[in-house]
Amino acid sequence: MLRITGGRVYDPANGINGVIKDVCIADGRVVADVTDGRTIDATGLVVFPGGVDVHTHVAGGSVNFARGMTPEDHRRAAAFVRSQSLRSGIGGMTPTTFATGYLYAGMGWTTVNEAAVPILFAKHTHEELRDIPIVDKCSMILMANNEILLDLLEAGEHERARHLVAWQIWASKAYGIKAVNPGGVVSWKWGKNSSQLSSPIEGYRNVTPGTIVSGLARIVDELGLPHPLHLHCNNLGAPGNVSTTIETMKLLEGHRAHMAHLQYHAYGGDDWHTMCSATPKVAEYFNAHPNLTADAGAVLFGDTVTITADGPWQHLLYKLTGRKWGNLDVENETGCGIVPYSYRPNNLVNAVQWAVGLELMLLIDDPWRLHLTTDHPNGACFWRYPEIIQLLMNADFRKDCLKSLTPHARERIFLPDITREYTLYEIAIITSAGPARALALPQKGQLGVGADADLVIYHEDKDVAKMFSHPRYVIKAGEVVVEEGEIRNVVEGRPFLVQTTYDPDIEGYLRPFFESYYTMSFENYPVEMSRLEKAEVFECKRAK
Amino acid sequence: MTSITLTLKNTPNVPLETEVLTPDRLAGLAHDEIRALPVFLGKRQLRLDDLFDIEGERSDELQIFGATRQLKSIGRGMTRGRIAIHGHAGMHLGAGMRGGSIEVHGDAGDWLGAEMAGGLIQVHGNAGGQVGAAYRGSMSGMQNGTIVVDGSAGIEVGTRMRRGIIVIKGPARDFTGLEMKGGTIFLLSGAEQRVGAWMRRGTIVSMLPLQMLPTFAFACSYHPDFMRLLARYLSQLGIDIPHEPQDGPYDLYSGDASIPGKGEILVWRSGLSE
Repeated sequence: MLRITGGRVYDPANGINGVIKDVCIADGRVVADVTDGRTIDATGLVVFPGGVDVHTHVAGGSVNFARGMTPEDHRRAAAFVRSQSLRSGIGGMTPTTFATGYLYAGMGWTTVNEAAVPILFAKHTHEELRDIPIVDKCSMILMANNEILLDLLEAGEHERARHLVAWQIWASKAYGIKAVNPGGVVSWKWGKNSSQLSSPIEGYRNVTPGTIVSGLARIVDELGLPHPLHLHCNNLGAPGNVSTTIETMKLLEGHRAHMAHLQYHAYGGDDWHTMCSATPKVAEYFNAHPNLTADAGAVLFGDTVTITADGPWQHLLYKLTGRKWGNLDVENETGCGIVPYSYRPNNLVNAVQWAVGLELMLLIDDPWRLHLTTDHPNGACFWRYPEIIQLLMNADFRKDCLKSLTPHARERIFLPDITREYTLYEIAIITSAGPARALALPQKGQLGVGADADLVIYHEDKDVAKMFSHPRYVIKAGEVVVEEGEIRNVVEGRPFLVQTTYDPDIEGYLRPFFESYYTMSFENYPVEMSRLEKAEVFECKRAK
Repeated sequence: MTSITLTLKNTPNVPLETEVLTPDRLAGLAHDEIRALPVFLGKRQLRLDDLFDIEGERSDELQIFGATRQLKSIGRGMTRGRIAIHGHAGMHLGAGMRGGSIEVHGDAGDWLGAEMAGGLIQVHGNAGGQVGAAYRGSMSGMQNGTIVVDGSAGIEVGTRMRRGIIVIKGPARDFTGLEMKGGTIFLLSGAEQRVGAWMRRGTIVSMLPLQMLPTFAFACSYHPDFMRLLARYLSQLGIDIPHEPQDGPYDLYSGDASIPGKGEILVWRSGLSE
């Protein structure tokens, strides 16, 4: 049992805005009162619900591929030396599994969503997720370039497609569906891309990216999955892609959808020389459509490695940078590209990207629907979130940072005119309460009675980046993990997954595909439940 | 200011991580503080005086004696001062150094001056592979500075180097100037196969004929003006290269066309007949 007394509590899910109150914990949950046990005096400190990352890439084949491709980063990365409580590992652009848990928990994040899992890599992903300590985790499987699904959509067999998706989710022990460049990765296998909603997809006649998006959004709603379709739109990263993004959002009217890393989809201009921010258009549409949530996918200047299933985009990025390029073809399911990248303030495109991420967070009115992410490690590493919080909370600091941009770049963005500053309450929403709601994890992102006792205690500091990088205490499931700024107690996190229902005949339909086309036998494809420890299984709400 | 003298007591049978042996680290320390510096022998952490007899303090000049072939990373990242090694040096000597000088009166191991950005390294014996190279995965190797090896060198000399000068007086092995992006490599006794493979830019000068890759095209035979400038600099280091017009022309090969690169390999014409 644990009582946290005297802290200023920010718990937006329960409407608590900086109220000094006690938080009591027993058996890993928040309770109304406790009679004995330890008391933490949080007088003068700030209490937040533990952070929730709605979109990150921390485990699985593609992340491991990136680790293998970037030894140069390992040499300069922060080292974790083995101790009584910690395993060894390194931080850097793609931290090792154990270090990932230490770094997330070390800054107060206690739940993460691995946002792109090829089903063929699901076992690997779960093995790595299990080795990420402290944080709870869930994962999204890549469906929008799955050729079995596309064949069904092509044939108009929507019902069977729904059973297939339901089966795939359960087979991979996932929590939701991710769509990456729908159809584009299929075309990439012929060396092409499908960048618009109406673009043809190689090998198909009827199906377009648009039909995949609307088909999957419909399936997600019909299955009643807790999290909406998690969508990485077509035409990522390209100047002028705002039109594709808004068309996609229009297509999703009437459905729930989560627009992943919106920053990469809000550009105007015609080419790399005229690229500019188009955030007001995106924000205006987004503000008026409450069926949508999004995460920022913000960019910070510095070195990182880009990892995405969007194979054609990564090839373009490789051609632009001349740096290393890794490409994976994941059989009938998806692709993957890896390119190390450095964002530089004196580069026009990078400067626009940096501003667009921040502009979206400042122009979208409802913090509940826009979540703080960097699309780790694509825009920046997750352990740099405190730097973004500082940029959001301090308009003067933003002004100083704008000075490092070229005058040319400053004309292409709206950031210099934006004066909004986030409050601590809003920060608690974008880092915790909002993403927990979007992921439909009612026990997360809040400190009401019955909630998981995941919380973080900060020492309030004018230096906001310092405040959020070094929490005084982090408590996970009622256990004090970080104390006086260092990790002293490592607990295990839990995996979350969704129980779907499907017609068992779908297995008979799928089996021949495995015999003909897959390198893995049908029996070996699903992830066994025994691989997951202490999994929490969520039911679908059969909404429709 | 006298120098700090370190004499290795016994030959370690596993590599000894001695990246603390830099003028930057030692210059401000008293004798007792130097003796207590940590070094790793394999995975075991020891004190510097467990392994060395140490004399002197507060100096940016180090003299290292003994059977020092297992000493790794001496002078790593140093920015000033001098190190003299009176024996052989292990791997990573002067890696990432930015200033100062290192002199080895013996051989040096692999990764000599890897990714260095300034300063001077002179090796009177032979060097291992990857002299001035980029570490695996890095975008660029040596960024500036000078490395002179009196003896031979191993493979991949100057891999991905971007700037600076490497002089190898003895023969170099395969893949000299691999993926080179800039800078200059002098080969006074030639090199084995695949010189300049995947070279983008930069200059390799050889005094002896080279077995040229098929992706290097003969461009012309001429006397490069810049050779005088380089000769003047190298003469300060006691290196004499043919640089006057009467010394004879150089054959210029351009490549590596498989990239396609704009590197140049210059082979001294008079070397052909020797």
